[in-house]
Amino acid sequence: MTEEKKGRFGPYGGQYIPETLMNAVRELEEAYEHYKNDPDFQAELADLYRNYAGRPSLLYYAEKMTRDLGGAKIYLKREDLNHTGSHKINNVLGQVLLAKKMGKTRVIAETGAGQHGVATATAAALMDMECEVFMGKEDTERQALNVYRMELLGAKVNAVESGTMTLKDAVNETMREWTRRMDDTLYVLGSVMGPHPFPTIVRDFQKIIGKEIREQILEKEGRLPDAVVACVGGGSNAMGAFYEFIPDTSVRLIGCEAAGLGVDDPKNAATMANGTLGVFHGMKSLFCQDEYGQIAPVYSISAGLDYPGIGPEHAELARTGRAEYVPVTDDEAVDAFEYLSRTEGIIPAVESAHAVAYARKLAPSMGKDQLLVINISGRGDKDVAAIARYRGVKIDE
Amino acid sequence: MSRIGEAFKDGKAFISFVTGGDPTLAVTQELILAMQEAGADLIEIGIPFSDPVAEGPVIQEANERALAAGCTTDRLFDALEGIRDKVRVPLVFLTYVNPIFTYGKEAFMKRCVEAGVDGLIVPDLPYEEKSELSGACEEYGVDLISMVAPTSRERISMIASEAKGFVYCVSSLGVTGVRSEIRTDVGEIVKLVKESTDTPCAIGFGIATPDQAEKMARLADGAIVGSAIVKLVAKHGADSIGPVADYVREMKAAVRRA
Repeated sequence: MTEEKKGRFGPYGGQYIPETLMNAVRELEEAYEHYKNDPDFQAELADLYRNYAGRPSLLYYAEKMTRDLGGAKIYLKREDLNHTGSHKINNVLGQVLLAKKMGKTRVIAETGAGQHGVATATAAALMDMECEVFMGKEDTERQALNVYRMELLGAKVNAVESGTMTLKDAVNETMREWTRRMDDTLYVLGSVMGPHPFPTIVRDFQKIIGKEIREQILEKEGRLPDAVVACVGGGSNAMGAFYEFIPDTSVRLIGCEAAGLGVDDPKNAATMANGTLGVFHGMKSLFCQDEYGQIAPVYSISAGLDYPGIGPEHAELARTGRAEYVPVTDDEAVDAFEYLSRTEGIIPAVESAHAVAYARKLAPSMGKDQLLVINISGRGDKDVAAIARYRGVKIDE
Repeated sequence: MSRIGEAFKDGKAFISFVTGGDPTLAVTQELILAMQEAGADLIEIGIPFSDPVAEGPVIQEANERALAAGCTTDRLFDALEGIRDKVRVPLVFLTYVNPIFTYGKEAFMKRCVEAGVDGLIVPDLPYEEKSELSGACEEYGVDLISMVAPTSRERISMIASEAKGFVYCVSSLGVTGVRSEIRTDVGEIVKLVKESTDTPCAIGFGIATPDQAEKMARLADGAIVGSAIVKLVAKHGADSIGPVADYVREMKAAVRRA
């Protein structure tokens, strides 16, 4: 999908940010427009992907799961095998390299569960950049191990105590920090959200996922998949997996959002199911909010999907009907987390388990000659303690 | 000239800010009238928002207090309508795009007119996106106030040449809040604004002391003070009317010395 006008995806997107930041985002946009067509930059990034992140990631035929579900032939895109354990590395290597080329010496980032923070701290360590990560206080407590991991990598972690003390507040605080200091600092945003040009930049750095899926499935099966399923919070792994297939209308694109305790329970984060049009975090998109535009406190067992909005390009894919979005509850995700662990010996991130959960429903309804790809956006090591707690097992990390 | 322009007619203007509904809407009503009596030439009222990204901790907390106390956009409109007969100075709202957009632009502007609100300051609506609200604003005669920042540079003439009401000149990088010193060359920014427009220009962000207010008013047509007043409200709550009035009187005198 190309932007109809600068930074817009249909009615969504835009640049709703304080004037203080306008020249900073314009500088980023100009740098990105330059480097995206620069063969040296692309070669350097390709080298980092291959020799540092471990790309291409595998497309694995999940034979036991296929047999068990008795429908479509299931493939798993193994983003969990990347360095740092998730797809987040694809974006941060691109953005931190871009920051370096722009002459910046410091990067700042928001994080929810800590995956994007860890990835940013990693890229910053590799490329000799100062790094500060903003993380909701509640999340720093839930994910203490990731806080220490970021510190180990040389980053400073700031616990955010405003608002709901979770991901949205971490984004607010990173924005505020950027308005304080932008000369030497780039905000490395973690998802396909925020003001233009972030949704485009992040999508471009993540679209390698779908590009590889296409090449790998053509090699293995000689044809395109019938469906690609991915989890959606802000939506970066899903956008990365979907993007290359948008023109191929035979490929169903399905995003799985976090329904928490259920779409009808106040404790959910299902933006497509419950959200309405609004303007927040620099973009026009869909948000969980009340009638006065106050952003709702959202909930999911997955800190990575616990976000009250969705990237503008996803909103447009939903509006045009090119992609479908389905809610998946905590219970379903936890069942799927255990199911994939036992069936294939692969422990997925609880975020990715939302996609696995929907695939379990979808696959049996598809023919045996059909192909279903699930994007396993991250590995589940970080979630083991939380899942144990969910099951009433008390363990210390 | 819009009603807002009149605030700058008798010399340098002192512009004061309170967050609507902090700690209650009844106190907000009293504060507006007390600040008017104490010499405020224009009053900004914040519509509380769950995620005020341009605000520092002081005003963030005021937003949280107001929302927790049950302030909504409708109740704030009602409160302003309740004192409309007594308000002589122009009023402007400070809020974010989302509360306006979600309320419905037309409905929002209509209620602004009914409540006697003359302008809007929307920190997350830069020049490039202002068409989001400018049509509805013009239709209802509500001034959409433009902001310029220390980083605006070559953007200043573009922004200032289309300015309505007054130009809000942001003194410093970062978010709202009291600063011990304003380091930016804010005089240079004002000069660039003046090259492009006759619309008055007021400086805000970081101003707390009479000395700072006098200095800033000397550079521009007025000084805007928010966090310092909100701090008094946070400290004194329902008893903040007296302390805020005293403070406004002192600051107004400083601005008039400029």
